[in-house]
Amino acid sequence: MNPSISNRLQNVKHIIIVLSGKGGVGKSSISVQLAWSLYSSSPTARVAILDVDLTGPSIPRMMGVDGHAVHQSTDGWVPVFVDREKSRLGCMSVGFLLKRKEDSVVWRGPKKNAMIRQFLSDVRWGELDYLVIDTPPGTSDEHLSLLEHLAPVHERLSSVLVTTPQVVALTDMAKCLSFTRTVNLPVLGLIENMSGYVCPCCGEISNIFSTGGGEEMCKRDNLTFLGALPIDTQLVELLDASAEQATSDTSQPDKPIDSVSLYQRYHATTSSKIMQDITQKIIQALQPSSLTSNHEI
Amino acid sequence: MTGATVPENAPDHCPGVESEQAGKADACNGCANQEICASDKPKGPDPALPLIRERMRHVKRKILVLSGKGGVGKSTFTAQLGWAFAADENFQTGIMDVDICGPSIPTILGIANEQVHSSASGWSPVYVQDNLGVMSVGFMLPSAKDAVMWRGPKKNGLIAQFLKDVDWGELDWLVVDTPPGTSDEHLSVVQYLKESGIDGAVLVTTPQEVALQDVRREIDFCRKVGVRIIGLVENMAGFVCPNCKNTSEIFRPTTGGAARLAKECGIELLGSVPLDPRIGKSADYGVSFLDEYPDSPATTAFLDIIDRIQEILDKEGPSS
Repeated sequence: MNPSISNRLQNVKHIIIVLSGKGGVGKSSISVQLAWSLYSSSPTARVAILDVDLTGPSIPRMMGVDGHAVHQSTDGWVPVFVDREKSRLGCMSVGFLLKRKEDSVVWRGPKKNAMIRQFLSDVRWGELDYLVIDTPPGTSDEHLSLLEHLAPVHERLSSVLVTTPQVVALTDMAKCLSFTRTVNLPVLGLIENMSGYVCPCCGEISNIFSTGGGEEMCKRDNLTFLGALPIDTQLVELLDASAEQATSDTSQPDKPIDSVSLYQRYHATTSSKIMQDITQKIIQALQPSSLTSNHEI
Repeated sequence: MTGATVPENAPDHCPGVESEQAGKADACNGCANQEICASDKPKGPDPALPLIRERMRHVKRKILVLSGKGGVGKSTFTAQLGWAFAADENFQTGIMDVDICGPSIPTILGIANEQVHSSASGWSPVYVQDNLGVMSVGFMLPSAKDAVMWRGPKKNGLIAQFLKDVDWGELDWLVVDTPPGTSDEHLSVVQYLKESGIDGAVLVTTPQEVALQDVRREIDFCRKVGVRIIGLVENMAGFVCPNCKNTSEIFRPTTGGAARLAKECGIELLGSVPLDPRIGKSADYGVSFLDEYPDSPATTAFLDIIDRIQEILDKEGPSS
């Protein structure tokens, strides 16, 4: 395979691919939350997030690093560091490579494939405890390319599945699960997102996209249920929040939006508590002993 | 137009995919498609094109439903559009689902377990009712659990087949539901339908900036490939609590929502549809939300938008 990919990733301990069949179920928001939670799980944890949703990158906005540029060093591309000088939380996305944020990336498969290869082989990932990879919806070029290029480090790969509770999303999830089995990708578990919404006014819980579907599916398909996240308007706003700053900052695109305070504000949300539990379960599942026993899934 | 055969994403000085130099010129070094161009495959227009043109001669209106982001309600909107058009029995409507890796149209229309039948005149669409035919990859899978792990060219092949081999018959409307993004499926649909003419695209979004950002890319895509934009639909705008009847904003429009985007980009905001949990329920059960809950504010919003789309298209007469 590609020797430079295995070289680049040789000091990456775990590669977690976030997958969902359907779009808009919260892959990117879960990826960001997972990265933040892993980052805070230990004072020395080194985390990076790679966004391979090439035609709709949203990670930069959510992490508050929209408008940043990727720097080229003699040793390859340098990821954008969300925590700046600490350099423990890196981020890479096609969003950083676009001239204007409204530019569309209209690429067919082969070009996407080449971009993904570059992300894996030309980025200076360095030493990482966790590399979280956010994917586009479906089971197509991006996913196949990713798995193909990551084949040399297959033993360090695992995946987290994200779904919403309604039937339409679960049907796509079933397809996604078949995909992981076909490509022999270990599944750490499933997260049910947008599970219920608490009315900010009267506290009534509405199951906008139904509820419990993910947990049921886990029982049926013998998967670990990692947890359910309700719709959290605070979080939606937070992930969107850099918007105001971003638009007023367009004159100075290099001026960092406050990605650090964004991360701190995240820890005040209810979602972050639930996500911490989920993250603990994920870390647990990644322990060497449990991973081998889980390997047959 | 110079370099009509030079792809949008080609490197500088691309000789054009149909040229003798394709894949061999200096500029081709490093292009991801170099091998494809350099191979001895016959060049020239796709042989499917004349067949598609013939089929599409019988289709009066072709509309694409697009969105940059996933899960904003493209398929749900497509289904409502189909149902609303089909409510008029003088209209024949077709829905084509080109979301090949995640087809949800069959579930939403309540025909998830149907199969496609082929006849002498081609594949027969699955009919929800007499005047509403549907084609989706979902009808072709042995089991709903099967993943379609296809790369671009295979998806394109199926899309071409949907357009040339499906016996759509005489249609007043053909509504095309697409997957999120701007990639193979979108390029193929646009290319295959270019000659027969696409009446326009309806863009669906939700109010938060993360979704709007993707819509901007979709607008850019439409302009690049020359598809006119009929307008923008804002979905999941505001949620009415069934208990206290107060409206709260789940996906808060932190940057002014679709209204501001529409104004900025000079496109029409066709309307905003509030979030009603019964929409998702109806989709799961495969029933028409418009028929089941005619009193919902969301139904009114949907119908107003659909009327507006008809009005816009009627104003300019037939496309072809």
